[in-house]
Amino acid sequence: MSTTPGGDANEPQPANPDGSDRMTRRQLLRHTAWFGAAVALAVTGGEVISHVAGSTGKSPAIATGPVLRFAQISDSHLGFHGGANGDVTATFQQAIEQVNALGYRPDFVMHTGDLTHLATPAQFDQVKQMMTALDTDHVFTVPGEHDSIDDAGQKYRAAFGAGSRGEGWYSLDIAGVHVIALVNTLNLRFLGHLGTDQIDFVRKDVAALSSDTPIVVFSHIPLFAMYPTWGWGTDDATQALSYLRRFSSVTCLNGHVHQLFTKTEGNVTFHSGTTTAYPLPHPGDGPAPKPVTLPAGRLHAALGIREVSYRKGQHALAIRDRALT
Amino acid sequence: MSCFLPRSLVTRALSALAAAAALTTLAACGSSRARPVAPAAAAPPAASPPSASPSMPSMTPPPSAAAGPAGAPVSSNAVMIQNFAFAAPTVIVKVGTTVTWTNGDEDPHTVTAIGGPFHSPTLTNGARFTYTFTTVGTFTYMCTIHPYMHGSVVVVAR
Ligand SMILES: [Cu+2]
Repeated sequence: MSTTPGGDANEPQPANPDGSDRMTRRQLLRHTAWFGAAVALAVTGGEVISHVAGSTGKSPAIATGPVLRFAQISDSHLGFHGGANGDVTATFQQAIEQVNALGYRPDFVMHTGDLTHLATPAQFDQVKQMMTALDTDHVFTVPGEHDSIDDAGQKYRAAFGAGSRGEGWYSLDIAGVHVIALVNTLNLRFLGHLGTDQIDFVRKDVAALSSDTPIVVFSHIPLFAMYPTWGWGTDDATQALSYLRRFSSVTCLNGHVHQLFTKTEGNVTFHSGTTTAYPLPHPGDGPAPKPVTLPAGRLHAALGIREVSYRKGQHALAIRDRALT
Repeated sequence: MSCFLPRSLVTRALSALAAAAALTTLAACGSSRARPVAPAAAAPPAASPPSASPSMPSMTPPPSAAAGPAGAPVSSNAVMIQNFAFAAPTVIVKVGTTVTWTNGDEDPHTVTAIGGPFHSPTLTNGARFTYTFTTVGTFTYMCTIHPYMHGSVVVVAR
């Protein structure tokens, strides 16, 4: 339901015969504004990415290939043991291999939290080790509440917080898109929570941006009220999102709910992603969001990965969710 | 943003009753896209969707309010964690009592005092946590993994 038409968005685009649209990754990054980049991004020298085409004055924007393509994975819950998935390591490994087999190299891969099930050092080591196999230059993360169970996220930040601000949030610019990664799994009372420091970060972070800058916001818990009874919402998201109202395109991508769900409110589109571990019930289906054990052979269809692409001049980002094969 | 939470919830200064009422009201939001309703004007419980568990203990008002059967405070020094809820959301104990929480769920939970003195480690299936209450008062707690799970211990004088 959240798949956006335009399947060719994900196919590699041939470079122009004369090579004029060809950009190396180094050039791509050089041509990108990095205002506010809080994460050190290494540039792989000399590698030609022929399918990344810059916009040219001649071609209409729609005719150019995507300038940004990334993948989202979520809720791998390494360390989970239960009937809903007998081997979460195997399904996470399959998700990684599926990202690597997309047919192009994503500009980055974002894991939207619940990397681990119990936030133990061994589970953090394992998930970090496994994600080094992702064929991309940048692996980004935000924490889930399972990653910050008992220490307000200290172990998470020790493993994944390098270069982040505050309690783990950050932003960066890539290919003209402004990416904001938020932490809404700390200091919880009923729902997800951002806190005044982080909301202030968002305000300052976007203050200098032009309103036609596409904005992508990552968080673990939904920033919209998907089902507050089960904690599927963020109590102070409205204030953070108020600073994004003036932007023409805002895409919020989250995990936590282990199922696909899309909702548009004004200029903001929310996309809940699925999990690589186990499904949860639909909102209100049963007394609690307990892991759902599916009949044999049906688990993979409930798990998956997400591809996102952006073309210059396009209003909305193209989202494509793929079930685990 | 027709479906976001009332600003008042942000203040976190609400009583447990008001917060529970607000959440009950908001539960209807996903299906009805109703405009936010301030807790003071919260709709009656009938407004909650039928699919939501009507007796979910964490949604039940504290003892000072007209508590339904599921939320009635009980004199007990044992609290089971079952179906993502503290099965006795409010227990009354005498000062000096040791209370034991036991996780009966397959999923992990914590018992974490809100701004208070105790904080369990992550409780996996079957794990227990104990705490001895040495002062009179009401201690509210929650699960940090499932923050909508709340409970309280009312400690009275001997
Ligand atoms: Cu819990």
